[in-house]
Amino acid sequence: MSNELNHLLGLATAGKMSRREFAGRAAALGVTTAMAGAMASTAFADTPVKGGVLRAGVQGGQSTDSLDPALAASDVPFMINSTWGEMLVDAGLKGTVEMRAAEEVSSNKDATEWKFKIRKGVEFHNGAPLTSADVVATLKRHTDEKSKSGALGIVKGIKEMKADGDMVTLTLAAANADLPFLMADYHLVIQPGGGVDKPDAGIGSGPYKIVDNEPGVRTAFEKNKNYWDANRGFADQVEVLSINDNTARTAAIQAGQIHIMTRIDPKIVEMLKGDSNVVIERAAGPGHYVFIMECTKAPFDNNDLRMALKLAINRQDMVDKILGGMGSRGNDFPINASYPLFDDTIAQREYDAAAAAAAYKKSGHDGSPIILQVAPGAFPGAVEAAQLFQVSANAAGIPLQVKLEPDDGYWSNVWNVAPFCASYWGGRPVQDQMYSTAYLSTADWNDTKFINKHFDEVLIAARGELDQAKRKTMYSELANLVRDTGGLICPMFNDWVEGRRKEVGGWVANPAGTLMDGKALSMCWLNA
Amino acid sequence: MRIPVSALLGMSITTIFVLIAIFAPWIAPYPIESAVGKVWENPSTTYWLGTDTIGRDILSRLLYGAQVTIFVALVSSLLAFSMGAFFGFLAATRGGWIDMVLSRAVDLMMAVPSLIVALVVLSVLPLNLTVLILVMGILDSTRVFRLSRAVAVDIAVMDYVEAARLRGEKQGWIIFREILPNALSPLVAEFGLRFIFAVLFISTLSFLGLGIQPPLSDWGGMVRENKDGLVYGKAAALMPALAIAVLAISVNLVADWVLQRTSSLKGGRGA
Amino acid sequence: MHPLLKLVVQRLVLGLLLLLAVSVVIFLGVEMLPGDTAQAILGQSATPVALANLRAQMGLDQPPWVRYFTWLAHALQGDLGKALTNNKDIAHAIGQRLGNTLFLAVCAAVIAVPLAIGLGLIAARHHGRWPDKLISGVTLAMISLPEFVAAYFVIFLLTQVVHVFQPVSMVFPGMGFFAQLKAVALPMIVLVMVVLAHMMRMTRAAILNVMQSAYIETAELKGLSPMQVIWRHALPNAIAPIISVVVINLAYLVVGVVVVEVVFSYNALGQYLVDHVAKRDLPVVQAVGIIFAAVYIGLNILADLIGIIANPRLRHPK
Repeated sequence: MSNELNHLLGLATAGKMSRREFAGRAAALGVTTAMAGAMASTAFADTPVKGGVLRAGVQGGQSTDSLDPALAASDVPFMINSTWGEMLVDAGLKGTVEMRAAEEVSSNKDATEWKFKIRKGVEFHNGAPLTSADVVATLKRHTDEKSKSGALGIVKGIKEMKADGDMVTLTLAAANADLPFLMADYHLVIQPGGGVDKPDAGIGSGPYKIVDNEPGVRTAFEKNKNYWDANRGFADQVEVLSINDNTARTAAIQAGQIHIMTRIDPKIVEMLKGDSNVVIERAAGPGHYVFIMECTKAPFDNNDLRMALKLAINRQDMVDKILGGMGSRGNDFPINASYPLFDDTIAQREYDAAAAAAAYKKSGHDGSPIILQVAPGAFPGAVEAAQLFQVSANAAGIPLQVKLEPDDGYWSNVWNVAPFCASYWGGRPVQDQMYSTAYLSTADWNDTKFINKHFDEVLIAARGELDQAKRKTMYSELANLVRDTGGLICPMFNDWVEGRRKEVGGWVANPAGTLMDGKALSMCWLNA
Repeated sequence: MRIPVSALLGMSITTIFVLIAIFAPWIAPYPIESAVGKVWENPSTTYWLGTDTIGRDILSRLLYGAQVTIFVALVSSLLAFSMGAFFGFLAATRGGWIDMVLSRAVDLMMAVPSLIVALVVLSVLPLNLTVLILVMGILDSTRVFRLSRAVAVDIAVMDYVEAARLRGEKQGWIIFREILPNALSPLVAEFGLRFIFAVLFISTLSFLGLGIQPPLSDWGGMVRENKDGLVYGKAAALMPALAIAVLAISVNLVADWVLQRTSSLKGGRGA
Repeated sequence: MHPLLKLVVQRLVLGLLLLLAVSVVIFLGVEMLPGDTAQAILGQSATPVALANLRAQMGLDQPPWVRYFTWLAHALQGDLGKALTNNKDIAHAIGQRLGNTLFLAVCAAVIAVPLAIGLGLIAARHHGRWPDKLISGVTLAMISLPEFVAAYFVIFLLTQVVHVFQPVSMVFPGMGFFAQLKAVALPMIVLVMVVLAHMMRMTRAAILNVMQSAYIETAELKGLSPMQVIWRHALPNAIAPIISVVVINLAYLVVGVVVVEVVFSYNALGQYLVDHVAKRDLPVVQAVGIIFAAVYIGLNILADLIGIIANPRLRHPK
């Protein structure tokens, strides 16, 4: 099927095109009327149904969770905040942005000044209209060091913000062609008055209002009757249930206690396919599992040793065994085909015991054990992946050893502290943001301690580059720098593997984040 | 002396487990760390008990796992029993402030959530088998203390103990010759169960990151590694669980027999 | 004062002192753990300035003993404060979750304790014959399952094979009693499976231990039926070890069921404590720790009392 036809089907499914319009445009693509009709009936069987209670079972909730969007760090708060709040824009499909609280965005020629026109008639749950002043106050709150915001790194580059009528003007310290994508960050939920008085009030402009919130257990919502967009918010009530155990979550969707679930263990997908009530949804996204070496600490300050380890990992084996095939091989840089401007001509690095042994010999390492620190919570299957790595590296004569660490305190005591450990990245909507978050010399989260002046220069230059072809070449260079000289070992990109009951309609995979990038409860409905 | 069939069965299975633990390196068909097969293969002639979550041979891992599982559980339960029973008897026979101090100290230890104890130990002490055994033994000895004190307090006021005291017997004699034989039955019954709890406790601690380092794994840890396959009947999760159950039952068959022997030791009638 | 009453008062006073000691131990323990709440909240985005700001905001910049005594002063006035992590009122959250913890524990205990003792008596009565072996074998097999295995097994059987219950057991305020009962059915079954064998085997062993005594022989010669002998003569004399083990298991049902809570997403105290230990949220850890400690200490006092009351020689010391 042609891409264009797919696109039409997508529009039809999303309810953005009438059946007649679809048939007409499909015919223009050379599709017979009968066939278009058949296709349309599958697409239009899915017209939104209003009402009912839609429940999502999500992993990663804790009783310590807060409703303050600045503090959101795992799937449950992410899903909750995406349901009661909205940002200026959302990350749309195929590297686009979708307008939400803003209805228009434009920039000056060198991408140093951006204007967001705020949508009229958008209202917070407390009845107050959403204004440009609220937007500026929100962004200001996240730039304040006291705010503890996870988006601090993102808004840091904004030099000046101004509210004027329905227009918000952001002036940047340096050019950034990707600024609209940054505004889609899930921490930047627009709150009345910026949420300064009560950041965890849970009052936003989203399609659902919070009725009851018990952190780490359940958050219940009811429909926001004054919501501006008729294409979201179909169910009368929605709930986010925090269900951390894989088996219980899977059993709950099979029993119909929930309608949507996150993180199906890839290994049980085959067995779950036997259940006709559950549909498995996969989306290849930017998330990846990594082993990180700090380039500044011995013995990892030696690029030959880093290369030896990169060559000593069997990526296909990891994809097969750790991801159950639900993912793709990494290539030691943090970008894959889900990003715009991805260079797919960069050669795939393979497991090569001989080359690894040669690089190891060249590094002159003294033969003392190389310790890889890992905890079960570093990523799903991290301990097993580390053991696979150990076996393949030992086969190449590299004395890799795995050290099991407790989950408790892993992210404060091991990650970004130990010279060699396991971790994961959820990915970002655009390449610049991924590199700026973790590979720029000065980045807070530069966990590989990758310090390369040329890399930094190219990255900053690419950020302001509006010529897409040139930009792609620059990103290709960055990728090769990280791949060949960096401290990142990226064995695999993990797909989102999620489940929905067959009666759930309106599902459109969005690889930018889990559960349709947090919009599943807002955009799905329950077929009777 | 006639040994009943059940006790014989229990003893032979336990012995077999101990033997395979000792000889694991020689009888295991594959190395413990090699991912030789596909994920979660069913038992076959190549992999007698199937393969685990990354394709390692379950049989080999079970054999190696028997070493650490049985050794750690046994030594820590013995430690818990010798400490717990000794102090429990001491508290019961001496009474007074010794009883008060020991009992309240144990109350304190039991009252602090074990998660916090485990995490503190974890961050302060080096992680090795000795520490693991000590931690498990000491934590468990509090439970044994309470039980043995409860049993011994009842016995300590019996006429025959009173008589021994009046005869001028020493503390040690009273504890080991009067109290111990009469308190043995409940303690033996408790030992059988404490041993199982220890087997399961290792896997809990491993999960927190204290103790068994990969690629070695204890049986409980193996169940945990493969737990997502459990409801789909994957051999990888069922086999180690089965191994624990068989070990548990055979150890307790032996304990039952010892219990029967000890209760007849006291004179009385019967067996 | 009656000696027994005196003992109770004495133990209660000691118990309160113990609680104080527990609060000190917990405080020191959590202080010893690496990292603090500010770090846990900020994660890796923590800049030194942000850390200092947040610590000042939460009062973590004060010396430990000041923080301990501030907490103690407030706690003694019944003010448990607010969670450092999400600013929720601790007393409110704990009240709800403690209710859930006790509800599940009581449900499980009401079934498990009489069942275990009854099975233990039957096993002792038919000692060495098939009912004994059957009861022993089944309970041993159940206890040797790790808790989560028992839980998955029950989930599979009762939500997938037979659709009678729901795998997720969350309970909410406003749910009716029977709705709650239905919600906790699965964790309750698992807990009964887990604690049954221990109590049953101790009952059996303790009964068998006293069955050899002369007074039992006398009772049998009087012509009492075997069950009467066990019930009237053996059980009262075997009660101390049984109560001791029952109490250990009751305490476990209240403080030790976090694995079961996690599997069934049951919103009770165990999971609440684990989450807050991970974030080093001391006021919450202290509050829950004290509750757990009080349960232990209270149950232990109860066990010692029952032991004394059941034994005439202890009741009337010479």
